[in-house]
Amino acid sequence: MTGTIRQEADGAGKTRRGTPRRDWGQAVVTRAIQMSGYSAIVFVGLIFFFLVREGLPAVFQVPLGDLFAARWYPIEEYFGVLPLITGSLIVTAGAMAVAIPFGIGTALFISEIAPRWAREILKPLVELLGGLPSVVLGFLGILLLSPFLRRFLDLPTGLTALAGSLLLGGIALPTIVSIAEDALDAVPKAYREAALALGATRWQTIWGVTLPAARSGVMTAIMLGIGRAIGETMAVMMVTGNAPVLALQLASIVSPVRTMTATIAAEMGEVATGSQHYHVLFFIGMVLFLISLIVNVIASAVVFRQRSRAERVLS
Amino acid sequence: MSQAVNGPPAREAPGGGQFRAGSARRRIIQHAGFALLSLSAVLTVTPIVLVIAYIVQRAAPAISWDFLAGFPREGMRQGGILPAIIGTFYLTLGTAVFSVPLGVAAAVYLAEYAKDNALTRLIRVAIINLAGIPSVVYGLFGLGLFVLFLRFGTSILSASLTLSIMTLPVIISASEEALRAVPQAFRTVSVSLGGTRWQTIWRIILPQAVPGILTGVILGLERAAGETAPILFTGAAFFLPRLPHSPLDATMALPYHLFVISTQVPEMPLQIQYGTALVLISFVLGMNLIATVIRSRARARRQW
Repeated sequence: MTGTIRQEADGAGKTRRGTPRRDWGQAVVTRAIQMSGYSAIVFVGLIFFFLVREGLPAVFQVPLGDLFAARWYPIEEYFGVLPLITGSLIVTAGAMAVAIPFGIGTALFISEIAPRWAREILKPLVELLGGLPSVVLGFLGILLLSPFLRRFLDLPTGLTALAGSLLLGGIALPTIVSIAEDALDAVPKAYREAALALGATRWQTIWGVTLPAARSGVMTAIMLGIGRAIGETMAVMMVTGNAPVLALQLASIVSPVRTMTATIAAEMGEVATGSQHYHVLFFIGMVLFLISLIVNVIASAVVFRQRSRAERVLS
Repeated sequence: MSQAVNGPPAREAPGGGQFRAGSARRRIIQHAGFALLSLSAVLTVTPIVLVIAYIVQRAAPAISWDFLAGFPREGMRQGGILPAIIGTFYLTLGTAVFSVPLGVAAAVYLAEYAKDNALTRLIRVAIINLAGIPSVVYGLFGLGLFVLFLRFGTSILSASLTLSIMTLPVIISASEEALRAVPQAFRTVSVSLGGTRWQTIWRIILPQAVPGILTGVILGLERAAGETAPILFTGAAFFLPRLPHSPLDATMALPYHLFVISTQVPEMPLQIQYGTALVLISFVLGMNLIATVIRSRARARRQW
């Protein structure tokens, strides 16, 4: 519908010639707007270009076997990124163990159960959490969370992967809640009415009908939550203890680790431009960029599929 | 729409269930399920409230005129945080200068000009990806392009440009949504009265969409104001005893300052740390509040 009216408008504009000056001005403005529209593509391209330009030399300077080794000790030129990758993975996995159940539970509560007043309190509060700068969460993590964990779990230090996971869970929560809630809201009313009319309880409707119907949107929420968690920098750098050791066992969750993002943030300020270390840090940035690209492409593919299915069902 | 779903039919359903066999079990399961979901919602939001209340309480003694309008002294262990406050203000302003015109223009393109073709889909994928790129990767990009390649140095300019690109997807999405919410009839009427497409956009559509765009802009800038990682290598200074003089100067900034004093400076008085955290939160949440007020006032005044 939008399309047809817009095309008519176009035609109308062409038959009514304005003054030449106006036509010329409009052409310039239109071109500028068009260029702005393409800017997002240009920026993604530029970001990728600069990461590759500065990051790819690392692959030639450091033998591939050494790059994917288990020792990160840049001062003696050990550039093994495996500990950083496992660090990122374990912290993100821990974050998801917190954020997925709580995020989807909260989204279900807000969209399906909560009375109006509770919804109007909960939604702004979740947004508030999303608005808190991660450095503030990291600050609280240092002062409150990690001393608590150290005492509660009787650890040598509270600055562990677990502390990072808990904070990251909180950071990923608002993303998961808001997207999952949108997905639940988008489930046609008729689905719920049909389930209730067949004698299902509200709980059976939620669990057996609404949630499965919103499945792809909820998956998108989880994917974007993972993307948010794996890319988070400050909070993680402040509370995970910054020890680049391989995190392969379950026990690693209560020991210090170091993520890819934290490594870049902590070390980039001190390296000489153009050094091996500098290129390796850009290489890690390139890996992070590719991870976020993959996560987002999967998430948006799920969104598109869901939209076309909803259109089929409703037409 | 979802209110209607939660309304009357839903409430009657459990009652209806009571007449059936096994209803007691179903009711227990339902109660347990609802309790679980409520619990997860409560556990999600309670820490937020507690944490903010705690910061306010701990920071209250630190907040004074000297703290807000004074310069740091004694290796930042005394005095105020004025340079950091002003720095964050400049960075936010700089980000707005670059990201608002570009973002709104891009949204106009997507909402009013773009056809539904492969290129438009590519633009959308690019926007989604921009939104997902880790903030520290923006920092690397800013270092590579603005600081080193374009030789802007570690400066407010480099940091603002870096933050602008990071903010762009938020502004584009929110503005596009605001533009699309303007009823089609406005366009039809304007065109039928002889308005050109640009006149329609500039005089009819954009003014109607301003509150929505403004809300999106503020939410985007709020995120930029609170970010640390993108400015780490592009414009943030550890300590500057003066205010920046030009866009090519480096600057202190609230989020980076909080990071510095909570991790890099030994024996930092807790009071100053909490005070800085409170000022940062107030800055960010104040913007959030303004956005909320604009949104709700516009909604109340809207004629369509």
